[in-house]
Order: sequence, then C-alpha cells, then structure tokens
Amino acid sequence: MIRLEKRPQPSRALSLSTPIMAVLATFFFGGLLFVVLGKDPVEALQTIFWQPIFGEYAFYYRPQLLIKGAPLVLIAIGLSLGFKAGIWNIGAEGQYIMGAIFGAAVGLAFYPAEGWYIFPLMVIAGALGGWAWAMIPAFLKVRFGTNEILVSLMLVYVAEQFLASMSLGLLKNPEGFGFPGSRNLQHYAPAHNAELLAGSGMHWGVIAALIAVIFAYVLLAKHRLGFAIRVTGEAPRAARFSGVNPARLVLFCLGTSGLLAGLAGMFEVSGPSGQITIDFNVGYGFTAIIVAFLGRLHPIGILLAGGLMALTYIGGDIAQSNLGLPAAAIQVFQGMLLFFLLALDVFTHYRLRFGAAEAA
Amino acid sequence: MDLSAINPLLFVAGFLVAATPLIFAAIGELVVEKSGVLNLGVEGMMITGAICGFATAVETGSPLLGFAAAAVGGAVLSLLFAFLTQVALANQVASGLSLTLFGLGLSALIGQSYVGIKPPRLGDIDFGLLADIPVIGPIFFTHDIILYLGIALVAGVWAVLKFTRAGLILRAVGESHDAAHALGYKVKHIRTTAILFGGACAGLGGAYISLIRVPQWTEGMTAGIGWIALALVVFASWKPWRALLGAYLFGGITQLQLNLQGAGVAIPVEYLAMSPYIITIIVLVVLSADKSAAPASLGRTFHASN
Repeated sequence: MIRLEKRPQPSRALSLSTPIMAVLATFFFGGLLFVVLGKDPVEALQTIFWQPIFGEYAFYYRPQLLIKGAPLVLIAIGLSLGFKAGIWNIGAEGQYIMGAIFGAAVGLAFYPAEGWYIFPLMVIAGALGGWAWAMIPAFLKVRFGTNEILVSLMLVYVAEQFLASMSLGLLKNPEGFGFPGSRNLQHYAPAHNAELLAGSGMHWGVIAALIAVIFAYVLLAKHRLGFAIRVTGEAPRAARFSGVNPARLVLFCLGTSGLLAGLAGMFEVSGPSGQITIDFNVGYGFTAIIVAFLGRLHPIGILLAGGLMALTYIGGDIAQSNLGLPAAAIQVFQGMLLFFLLALDVFTHYRLRFGAAEAA
Repeated sequence: MDLSAINPLLFVAGFLVAATPLIFAAIGELVVEKSGVLNLGVEGMMITGAICGFATAVETGSPLLGFAAAAVGGAVLSLLFAFLTQVALANQVASGLSLTLFGLGLSALIGQSYVGIKPPRLGDIDFGLLADIPVIGPIFFTHDIILYLGIALVAGVWAVLKFTRAGLILRAVGESHDAAHALGYKVKHIRTTAILFGGACAGLGGAYISLIRVPQWTEGMTAGIGWIALALVVFASWKPWRALLGAYLFGGITQLQLNLQGAGVAIPVEYLAMSPYIITIIVLVVLSADKSAAPASLGRTFHASN
C-alpha cells in the first residue's frame, strides 16, 4: 500500500528540481505526441529547443527569444504576486490588450507630431490601461465579494471585442485603403519602441521585464508588503491577525499585474507588432500563467521559465514551417508542461510511504 | 433597422437551443462543486467534447454516437483533473486552468482536419400533432432529443441531490470532507465520480455547440461558454432549477444579440457581442452578496492524515 505523508516542511531540493523533472516528462510525452503525429520525435525536439539557440540561423532567432520572452516575463511577474496570495487574475490577456490599445491610442493621437515626450506618455497610458482593466475585478471583489477569476476572464472576451471595434473604427488607419488595423507605429519614430541595439532584440519591454524581476524580488524578500503577500497565501487567518488588510492586498496584486500586463501590451504594439489589429493578441496573457507556475512564482524562476516558453514559441514556429508540425501541437506541449508540474509538485509537500498505515 | 425581421417564435425556439450547452456544462459543474471541488476546466472539457463529438459524428455518420463520444472525451479529460487534485493533491484553481489550456490545444490539434466540414444532422423528435399546435408547437416540440435530455438531466440531478441517499452523501462530502471521512465515506472516490460526471456533461454541452447549434468545427468555438457556465453555478446558488433558469436567461441574451446583429441595429456588432460577458459580470456582482449557499469545503484539498 502506497500512501502520502505530509512533510513537516516543503522540500527545498524538490521544489527546485520539480520544474526540471516536469520539463523532462514533457519532453518524453511531447515526443510521444510527435510520434503520434507522424514526426521524428528527436528531430522535432531538436528543432524546437536546439535550433533557435544553437542552430544555423540562431543569429536570427536569438533576438526573438528576448522579444517573445519579455512580455511573458513581464505578465508572469505580476500574476505571481497575486497567485502567491491566492488572488487569481487570469484575465491578463485582456489587460494586455487594453494596455496596447491605450498606449497606441496616445501615440496615434500625436501623429504626426515629433517630440521626445510621446513615447513616455504612451508607456504611462499603456500601464494605466492595463491597470484600469484589472481594477474592475479588483474593485468588484473588494466591494461586492465577486469572484475575481470569473470577472477577469469575462473581461478578456470584452477586451477582444473592444480590440476588434477599435481596429475597425476609431484607431483604423485613415490611409490604410480600408483594411482593418491602425497605422504602423514602426513607421512613426517618436512612438516606435525600437530596438536599443540593432539586431539584438533588446527593446524597452525587455528592460521593463528585467526591472520587474528585480522589483518583485526585492518586494518579496525585503518589503513588508511582500511578507503580507506570502503570509496571506500560506495562512490567510494568520495574515489577518498580523494586521494585513486583505482588501488593500487585492487592489495591489490585481492592480500591479494589470499594470505590468498593460505595459507588455504597449511595448508589443509599439515595437515588434507595430499596429493594432483584430488578432493582435496571441495568448501571452494565458501562457504567462504557465510561466508563473513553471517559475515557482519566484522572480528568478519566472525569468528562466519565460525564456523556456519563448523558446517553445520560436521553436514551434520553426517546426511548423520545416516539419509541418501543427501550431496546436505546441499549445498541447505547453499545457502538458503545466500538467506535469502540478502533478509532480505533490512530492514537494508530501512524502511517499510504502507499507500499511499504522493503526491510529 | 428592422426589428420586425425577428420572428418571435424562431427567437424563443433559438434561445432554447442556445441555452442547452450552458445547461449541460452548468449542471455538471454544479454536481462537481456540490462535492466540494472547483473545476475551472469546464471550457477545456467542453471544447474537447465539441471536437470528439464532431469527429466521431463525421466519421461514423451518427450524431448520437458523436454525443456519446463527446461525453467520454469530456470525462477522460476530467480524469486528468481528478488525478491532479485527488491523487496529486494539487491546487484546484491551477489544475482547472491547466485543463482548460490543455483542452484548447488538444482540440485544435484534433480538429485540424475537420475545419469546413458539415456534420451529419440530428433530426428533431417527431411529436406528431403536438408540433402543429400554434405557437407552442414550433417553440417546444421541434427540437432534437439532446435538448430534452438536458432538461431531464436538471430534473434528475435535482431529484438525486434532494431525495436520495447518494445525493445526501455527495452534499455531505462537499460541506465537510473531514466529517464525511470520519463517517467512513470515501471522499476521494465520491469526488472523482462527481468530477467524471461533470466532465461528461461538459463534453455533451460542447458537442451540442459543434453538432447542433453552429454546426461546424472552428478552433476555440466554445468562446467562453464554459466560463459562463461556471458563473451560472454561482448565479444559481448551487440549485439545479435556478441553473436552468440562468441558462435560459443567458441563452436568451445570446440569441437576442445575434438577432439584433442580423436585424442591423445601430449598435456596432462588437458591442453586441460583448453583452453576454458584461451581463455575466453584472449578474455575478448582484448575486455574489450571498455566499452562504456555497458548499463549505469548496476548493479545499482533502488529505486523510490531516
């Protein structure tokens, strides 16, 4: 008879190694999936995880790693603060869209003016857009006790419709020959989130992501608020006795994650993507949930996990064009990763015991 | 704008159809939550059911086999959730999310070769003379068997929860798993059964979208209906008949906004399409004041040694 026995303390070694075991398990079962799809598993895995970094065209793909990784890390850092405290913002996708719309709208409003102040204003607008969108579930939770999971998720669909409406209406390029979508901000220098070093993939969003990682690390390790977040997640009752204000924590966690998601959207629309279009969003807000868990809700872990997930996106694209691997296979692959992570996590908190239970 | 283009009979008949996927998903999730488990993977199980049902119906030519496959598909996926939360004792919120993300990807993968195909049609039940009654006939007696099954399911769940010993045990497990365990009930087995039931129901609901309501396959076609079903359970205060009522309300809103889109109302299409989601939020706000109806152990992990 096998049974689980709760560890007095979560195992630190296992906590660190679970993500790696989960990745290995995903490699194995992902490989099986590729076999079922009629692909050579070794070749597929090699295409996805090796080629973007070390392959022949790595010089092209490496910058992509920063471009795809930055929004994931930025969003996941924000989400992790809430997740730690048991506050579930799963509508980051919507906040990302609103940040992009707000940021782009400010930039487009200035067109064709010149001025150094335009881009900073866009950054503020983007952050504000994401923050405001996240404050809806936050306010409703604090004031009415409404479930933030459902509200934030519903707002993703609202934001998607709003995005469609904006790219077909208010923000549509007047010189776009009737095609949906805004002006391309890449062609409007004061609003362009250009690469800081040509060909490096390094843009302001990457800088922002790194700052967010440091900010979150310091917050969680040194600041009283970070302590409040951790205590609330582990022992909500104890947190209340120690004077933590749960309402303020909800507002802070949801607000911060919205703000960061909004920033991610803004940096994306003004840089790599360039314009507001109907299908501007590609699911970073949802993938970031996986990134947050894979990184164990720890800032440094999230940084690494963000890189890995960015790799699956880039490698997935290569595998799609070279091997004809369907895009959805990568999505399954990412979902599998979260699945194994959650499944293996049991060993961090519990120990396997063999043999019959002692009589109580 | 021409509102007279909306045929009231077709409208009512249409919203019964629009509500059916919600009925299945919500009643399944209601049973799961009554057992004290919060499964946020409804959307993932629905879309998996949608494609399993669609693919099976297309391959076999039998829509009913399709529905059976959808129920199995949803249940198999929910088994993953049951494993994560009941065996690996993982966080239910995170596990539900992983189920949704995984289900969305898996369905897109299976569905690739089914885009643009028309599924075999499930005929309406022949009620004979009943269908010829003016007004009532076209509204209530021109539907397929699955729609009636949905209503029967609500009645069945209500009766089981209220009148049977099995229902009592299920509720006991949901209210206090420790007490139920102390009485000798197998908490994990009961919860796993409830989760499987929820998965099968969500699968049926998904297949109703892909086989009857739309009917075709497109990626991500459930478009948040699974999440609305989750909201419906809260709306219904965990009571089956209120879940049915809520599903009709949302079916009505969905149908109304589609009809308004068709009638060319001055409101832009995007804002009409937003309305079901916004109304869901408003309803949640209005009804979330009363949390007392929620099963007391909802969302908490059970481990016997504690």
